[in-house]
Amino acid sequence: MLYNQQTVRPINTYAGWKYAMLVIVLALAILYALPNIYGEDYALQVSGPKGGPVAAEMFEQIEQNLKDNGVEIKKSTNEDGRALIRLFDSETQLKARRLTAEFLRDKGDFGVALNLAPATPEWLENLGGSPLKLGLDLRGGVHFLMEVDMEQAISKKEDQYIDDFKSLLREQKLRYASVVRVNDVGLVARFRDEETRDSAESEIRQRFNELNTRSRETGELYEVVITIPQVKITEIKDYALQQNIATLRNRINELGVAEPLIQQQGAERILIQLPGVQDSERAKRILGATATISFQLVNESAGYNPSRAPAGAELIKEEDTGINHAIRKSPLISGEHLTDANVGYDENSMPQINVNLDSEGGAKMLAMTSKNINKPMAIIMRESKGIYEEVDGELKLVDTKLVTNVVSAPNIGAALGSSFRITGRFSPTEARDLALILRSGSLIAPAYFVEERTVGPSLGKQNIELGKTSIIVGFIAVLIFMLIYYKVFGLVANIALTSNLVFIVALMSLIPGATLTLPGIAGIVLTVGMAVDANVLIFERIREELREGTNPAQAIHNGYDKAFSTIADANITTLIAALVLFGIGTGPVKGFAVTLFLGILTSMFTAIVGSRAIVNLIYGGKSLKKISI
Amino acid sequence: MRIIKSDLNIDFLKIKMLATVTSVVLMLASIGLLATKGLNFGLDFTGGTLVEVGYEQDADLDAVKSQLANAGFDKVVVQNFGTSKDVIIRVAPIEGEDKDKIGTKVFEALKQASGENIDLRRNEYVGASMGEELTEQGGLAILVALICILIYVSVRFEWKFALGSVAALAHDVTITLGLFSLIQMEFDLTVLAAVLAVIGYSLNDTIVVFDRIRENFLKLRKAEPTGVVNTSLNQTLARTIMTSITTLLVLLALFFLGGATIHGFATALIAGVLIGTYSSIYVASNVALALGITKEDLMPPEVEKEGADQDALI
Repeated sequence: MLYNQQTVRPINTYAGWKYAMLVIVLALAILYALPNIYGEDYALQVSGPKGGPVAAEMFEQIEQNLKDNGVEIKKSTNEDGRALIRLFDSETQLKARRLTAEFLRDKGDFGVALNLAPATPEWLENLGGSPLKLGLDLRGGVHFLMEVDMEQAISKKEDQYIDDFKSLLREQKLRYASVVRVNDVGLVARFRDEETRDSAESEIRQRFNELNTRSRETGELYEVVITIPQVKITEIKDYALQQNIATLRNRINELGVAEPLIQQQGAERILIQLPGVQDSERAKRILGATATISFQLVNESAGYNPSRAPAGAELIKEEDTGINHAIRKSPLISGEHLTDANVGYDENSMPQINVNLDSEGGAKMLAMTSKNINKPMAIIMRESKGIYEEVDGELKLVDTKLVTNVVSAPNIGAALGSSFRITGRFSPTEARDLALILRSGSLIAPAYFVEERTVGPSLGKQNIELGKTSIIVGFIAVLIFMLIYYKVFGLVANIALTSNLVFIVALMSLIPGATLTLPGIAGIVLTVGMAVDANVLIFERIREELREGTNPAQAIHNGYDKAFSTIADANITTLIAALVLFGIGTGPVKGFAVTLFLGILTSMFTAIVGSRAIVNLIYGGKSLKKISI
Repeated sequence: MRIIKSDLNIDFLKIKMLATVTSVVLMLASIGLLATKGLNFGLDFTGGTLVEVGYEQDADLDAVKSQLANAGFDKVVVQNFGTSKDVIIRVAPIEGEDKDKIGTKVFEALKQASGENIDLRRNEYVGASMGEELTEQGGLAILVALICILIYVSVRFEWKFALGSVAALAHDVTITLGLFSLIQMEFDLTVLAAVLAVIGYSLNDTIVVFDRIRENFLKLRKAEPTGVVNTSLNQTLARTIMTSITTLLVLLALFFLGGATIHGFATALIAGVLIGTYSSIYVASNVALALGITKEDLMPPEVEKEGADQDALI
């Protein structure tokens, strides 16, 4: 027997699978929008030394301490390096912080931060559900934009090159008249005769193949002009920026902020957002704090873990092991000579730290180490830290103190010059941290605050309230209007609009990094207004068809059909505008663009596919005398 | 319910000249205002410091001003913000060491002088160079958006339509900016976002009308261009007004309930929606007509095709 391959579907009906798909998509949207109705718990977030995890026993002790002091704990978790203690109200939250901070004061470098943790039920969390992330304007906090002084970064690098050229020329016994920086030209090495100049140029070119060189004559002098190519400059800038970011990240851990954001913005700027922080001055003091490092010799005559320092030495503790070292006060090679520190691997693929010093530092290092082979050399970090005390429930800076710490004290294996490596029993993470500390102790270029915004918690709350109210009022007004104007079809449009809102909330909750800001709320409100547009276009088309005498079922079909390309064109152009906004805008404008963009996509889906499905369900598959539109 | 009668046939283009004159006058006036009075740029653009302080009682602005003068801040702008208890203080960028600490100093001075328990609601500092950059970026964003849209409309329709729609956009943006210059409302980052949203909205309107014009050109074989445009405007009028109403409904909710922070945003959009609705009727199609659109311009075969594969999609 022969069958027609394609069965003809009655007008205005959808296949069963299409309904199944719609129901599944909607159910998923509801599921992922759900975490937003659970609210947040007052919580205490504890972080270990250097922002790391808290050991299980320590966490138990912290909990026990709180319980002993009559603090009721709602729930506590110590997972994925995040130690969270959930509490019942903000008063106990403050009390718990005070108690915990006191408890941990002499137990090491712990951070205790107030936080609001989403009260999403576990089963939802396991499915990846999480509530919308609120921007700083809605939850309160501090926003900084720091700019790295790139001119300084480059001029420091140039100084270092000049040093290196001089020592190279000395090494090669090439007599130079001077090596200087000439503005708008580059670095210039001057020689008295052509021959020396030419061999100097080839030496420099050989040793520093990342640089551009050319030769010229001015007056009686023969010159080599060395310029740093753009690629290398970009590299220097990027290095300075990354170094600043790494340092800032370290310092922010000290601030005890629950979910800090540190991000590169453009080629020269760093964005820092500290939710919940109110005291911007304190934050700035810590972010702007300085750490310096130095290389010094250990006086071994004092013995292992000495309790008293011999003459000319001072006792400094090694934080990680708790062992005291007697450190000689001189000679001392300070961190300003350090130009780079990176993690590398030796022939046994053990991690090591490759350190580079400038030529002056290299010379000092050679002098210091050649006489002290097989003796330990300590790497010492001095950092100014603030001391805080709780006054009226607020932490106040009462003093700053200089914290000195032996980072590591490896043995000197051979005479060291301007580039050497530090080996030891490092884990890759430890090696990376140490390299970071070495680098951060010698920032190439300082960063300045170019923008600062503090939003108080009261304003944040008010913004949320106002945003919610205006969404609800605007939304209901549109619903009523559509219902009166289009009757049954208006109801259909309203269902589509409501599910559209659910879709936006679900998507915003799911997309990592998407935060809801006040302009974002405005974007949602605007989408609510514009989302009905697609349905209005369709319904007006259906009315037109009806006026022309088309039968109702056919009118519905034609209405959806003919409106489609119009809707697509109109929405794509708005999408272009949203994309441009997202690409070029920053901060609030981006927030607006994200919601507008998502809103257009979801509204096209709900207004075209969703509303059609409901209309089909009501009117589909039969011949109609009259429809309510 | 109907707002527009079904057998409507308004001769929109009868007052074509009047509309053109009105639009040109409004645009020239806006450009004139922007050139002379300029925009009242907010902190985001000018740089400087802004502090928002919440008092427990109604704040005495003159007292705040004199308290600040005593503390050494004499060039400040003090205004109520939203409610009479909230005050914002603007300090122009000052050259010196601690520009980023001005906000805190202002707040401390007020706290001491008032003796009240005042609340620091907002403290913003923007470096002067940041503002310049933002102005450039904002202008660039508008320009890039216009160019992208020009390209898209050229591809989907035809260059005459593209010029028509971009003319309508430029018209809407200019007049919205002109309005902001006239009422000297603060022009901040959110208002910039609103202006860009106006571009999106106004375009939406214009495209719907153009789509109908194209369809009618193909359907009404022997009609005059002017007649076709007029018919299309009539057919889309109900939709144009409906969508404007729903959008305005939510915008009014934002304007009255959204709080002072997004007042400027709502104002810009309300103005933009009204102007955009007008321009999609008069400016866009007028420009396209003036450039001489004909049926031959609009015979892209893909239009028919698009309708044909819809069943699979919906």
